[in-house]
Amino acid sequence: MTAEELLEKAEQLRQRQQATALRLLLCCSSPCLSCGAGAVKAALAAAAADCEPSIAIEVAATGCLGPCSRGPLLCLQRPGEADVVFERVTPDDARAIFAAALAGLLPDAQRLPADLPFLAGQTRIVLENCGRIDPENIEHALAAGGYAALARALSDFTPAQVCDQVLQSGLRGRGGGGYPTGLKWQLLHKARGDRKFVVANGDEGDPGAYMDRALMESDPHRIIEGMAIAGYATGASQGYVYVRGEYPLAARRIRKAIRDAERLGLLGMRILDSPFSFRIDLRLGAGAFVCGEETALMASIMGRRGQPVPRPPYPAERGLWGAPTVINNVETFGNIPPILRDGPERLAALGTGKSRGTKIFALCGDVVENGLIEVPMGTSLREVVYRIGGGLAGDVAFKAAQTGGPSGGCIPAEHLDISLDYETLRELGSIMGSGGLIIMGERTCMVDVARYFMEFCMDESCGKCSPCRAGTVQMYRLLDRICNGSARERDLKHLEQLCRLLPEASLCGLGLAAANPVLSTLSWFRDEYLEHIRAHRCPAGTCRMSELPPIMMADELLQRIAAGRLNGEAF
Amino acid sequence: MPTLTSEPTPLSAAAFDRDDPRLRLVEQTLKRFQYRPDALIEVLHVAQETFGFLGDELLTHLAARLQLPESQVFGVATFYHAFVLRPPGKHRCIVCTGTACHVKGADVMVKALEEHFGIQAGQTSADGQLTLGTARCLGICSLAPLLMVDNRVLGHQSLDGIAARVAAALTDSDHSGESTP
Repeated sequence: MTAEELLEKAEQLRQRQQATALRLLLCCSSPCLSCGAGAVKAALAAAAADCEPSIAIEVAATGCLGPCSRGPLLCLQRPGEADVVFERVTPDDARAIFAAALAGLLPDAQRLPADLPFLAGQTRIVLENCGRIDPENIEHALAAGGYAALARALSDFTPAQVCDQVLQSGLRGRGGGGYPTGLKWQLLHKARGDRKFVVANGDEGDPGAYMDRALMESDPHRIIEGMAIAGYATGASQGYVYVRGEYPLAARRIRKAIRDAERLGLLGMRILDSPFSFRIDLRLGAGAFVCGEETALMASIMGRRGQPVPRPPYPAERGLWGAPTVINNVETFGNIPPILRDGPERLAALGTGKSRGTKIFALCGDVVENGLIEVPMGTSLREVVYRIGGGLAGDVAFKAAQTGGPSGGCIPAEHLDISLDYETLRELGSIMGSGGLIIMGERTCMVDVARYFMEFCMDESCGKCSPCRAGTVQMYRLLDRICNGSARERDLKHLEQLCRLLPEASLCGLGLAAANPVLSTLSWFRDEYLEHIRAHRCPAGTCRMSELPPIMMADELLQRIAAGRLNGEAF
Repeated sequence: MPTLTSEPTPLSAAAFDRDDPRLRLVEQTLKRFQYRPDALIEVLHVAQETFGFLGDELLTHLAARLQLPESQVFGVATFYHAFVLRPPGKHRCIVCTGTACHVKGADVMVKALEEHFGIQAGQTSADGQLTLGTARCLGICSLAPLLMVDNRVLGHQSLDGIAARVAAALTDSDHSGESTP
């Protein structure tokens, strides 16, 4: 297939879609499937099969529509009308909606308002096709403009120009580090070597983050297209997608997308009839958080234990099998096609300061609307929580927002008005991270949250360097003591010492950032720590405080002895 | 990191045999990757899917096929959480302990289930019926707190009566014939 044929085919597919009298798009990503989307799909397929064949009807299983806590979600498309989304659809509802839609009606029940702030407050660029296309059908992706950016890159730009375009857009790594993607690509472009590799990091390990899963499940072709463009720009001919082992559906859909793209000549040898060749293989992770770190990830791709090695040399110099390698998050690759298609100005026009474009967040926790959102960088936290998220659920006050998972920190209520971008979050002692945004109400104990993340880091430490291996264990024990009531004030000093030691002495990102949740909660919620230690009570009511610190134990012993004597008991 | 136990992995003779038809599937995967040592993790995934767990003899066999030292194969198999070296129970119940689930009480849920079934998270009941486990995050945070019984996700769980609901779900999957392979 040549570039012209691709565009022609896409146009044909678009026209066919527009001529379809009724399109029913059912969200079939993990959350909606867990709420019973499978049964709804079967009901719709049966209803459509019973219909008169003369009416053009399409029932498609799509990816994530966004407001995941309202699933299963069903989107109704009719030519010349705005899309209508229905929430919490059961098989019976689906049949009723289908029948009504056939009769030209629009049922009111379960309809999501078109101006729902959760949807209206977003700027969807990376997620533009999510929920609009069937991820297992490449024709849907083509109709939505898939691979057009790759065609444009191959025909209109030299590899160096592609790097420039990406640099001009101001795109920075979406996996958390925030390194300018264009610079990374230029480094690889200039690196010498016959073999170069492009790796997409889909090992989304942060608990409470699922942007990458949603993107891989909903629009796998976009990631593949982004990787192919990266391959062209950097001179690599082999790519790997590393998918987290816990995401079997994402892995299945990416595998299928790779196969379909190969079949149409959009991957493999002589892509779109150009001299450029690029192939992609999938590697499935096996449940090790540390593999999100780039050197550990490379070890895992090569079939070894996922243990990091010191940098430099950076992967751009010596990566997979010693060859220059570029590693980007899957969301970063998702940003690439719009840059090439619409020009770098569109991305550069969004955002604030050095953070350009949009960011996807997985908004969850104690908010009314849980789900996936994409907002311009620099959107205020207040806007995200109260407008898009609909405020806190269940009559509790906002206490903190946690970003960046076990490498990040908490943002307290007094900073609700901050702008969500790389720099501001770092100033507040948190990080952008991959995009988990967990909203916590006043009934969440911040010491317990710190302990939770420390337990996570302790379990996930690969054991290679001792500051991380032993430090996380010691920090966990200290935090556990504070939570169970047996801590004394000097434990807090030890904790702070370790908080300084880990970032200085650890080998990789896991250990370097493991102290962040503790440092952050200590700086904003120190009172809570002190209340646990001094007053022996948990202000949020989460910790059980079942133990006593050594000194208080002695006091209690004396009291009991005295009481025993008074009651005439033998002690 | 998974902790190593001192007891040897129980592996009945029936679980491994060179003419085992299940080995053919593993062999196909080996062939597809041209016996390259870097395919080790992919091969272990397939082997575990086929056999249910990675026994000692199976690991030795794979080491020989990939021409890798046994120590490296064992090292990789024990490094990653996804690989299990002892037979799992007929059913499995996995509680998600991601951040969103944690702030909504996942730890209380785990304790309740541990008490009800008399096993710790990560253990299999003595009758081999149930493996109770926790997952770091299943990425379905919008349904927190949630757990998985076999391949079914139970979302938006309340903490009261959780053990009874899981027991009911287990009986359900017994009847529908669904179980972990």
